[in-house]
Amino acid sequence: MARAVITMPAQAKRGEIIEIKTLAAHAMETGFRRTQTGELIPRDIIRRFTCAYNGVEVFRVDLHPAVAANPLIAFTTVATESGTLAFQWTGDNGYSVAETASIRVE
Amino acid sequence: MTTRREFLVLACGAATMTAATTAKAQLDPNLAVLRRAAYQEALRKVVGDAEVRRGRVKLQLPPLIDNGNAVPLSVAVESPMTDADHVKAIHIFTEKNPLPNVVSVYLGSRAGRARMATRIRLADSGTVTAIAQLSDGSFWSDSAEVVVTLSACLEEGLI
Repeated sequence: MARAVITMPAQAKRGEIIEIKTLAAHAMETGFRRTQTGELIPRDIIRRFTCAYNGVEVFRVDLHPAVAANPLIAFTTVATESGTLAFQWTGDNGYSVAETASIRVE
Repeated sequence: MTTRREFLVLACGAATMTAATTAKAQLDPNLAVLRRAAYQEALRKVVGDAEVRRGRVKLQLPPLIDNGNAVPLSVAVESPMTDADHVKAIHIFTEKNPLPNVVSVYLGSRAGRARMATRIRLADSGTVTAIAQLSDGSFWSDSAEVVVTLSACLEEGLI
């Protein structure tokens, strides 16, 4: 089961700005909802998303309960060199998902 | 001897009073004030004493939202995004949610463009604010007024 989906170009020209779209499968339980018996459902969200381009962090997001379920994060980066982009989602209850995507820069 | 009419009037009054007391017990009457204070506090934590100027930031949200559980949001900041002059962070806040923080984005010159898109939750109609922190230390902001018909976190008391 793919727990995260990444959409980005597989190749780009040097210096080109590429758009990256990421989607993680997660319920993002806010911690403000109650069950039918009135008990609070504990918070369970993704806290942080990072993107590293060949080991250098280029983009980071801190997420709060106000982010919708299955968080979509779209951003841009400059295609500097061929290599891999590493994406990491971390959150409550030990949630951790890592994905990589490779890019060829000409 | 109480007539039937008098009894009904009294009974209705008692029922209304009970209902009002129960509602009071569940809903904090200062909810709006408390959330506003939390919002100001969250803003102050990011900005400190610096001046926040309007402009350069463009926050896009649909003006009328059917479903507050997933509201598309996109934010873009005018910036050359060079090593010397770039956007360091973008913070999104909202006044009416139980927590004012929505999302904080940290980026740099390698982003190429200062823009991002995501989907957020909104509990009630109100203002959504984006604040961008630039590499020279200045803060710029933009706000959007939105109307929410179906709220996220319905279980919490709304004002």
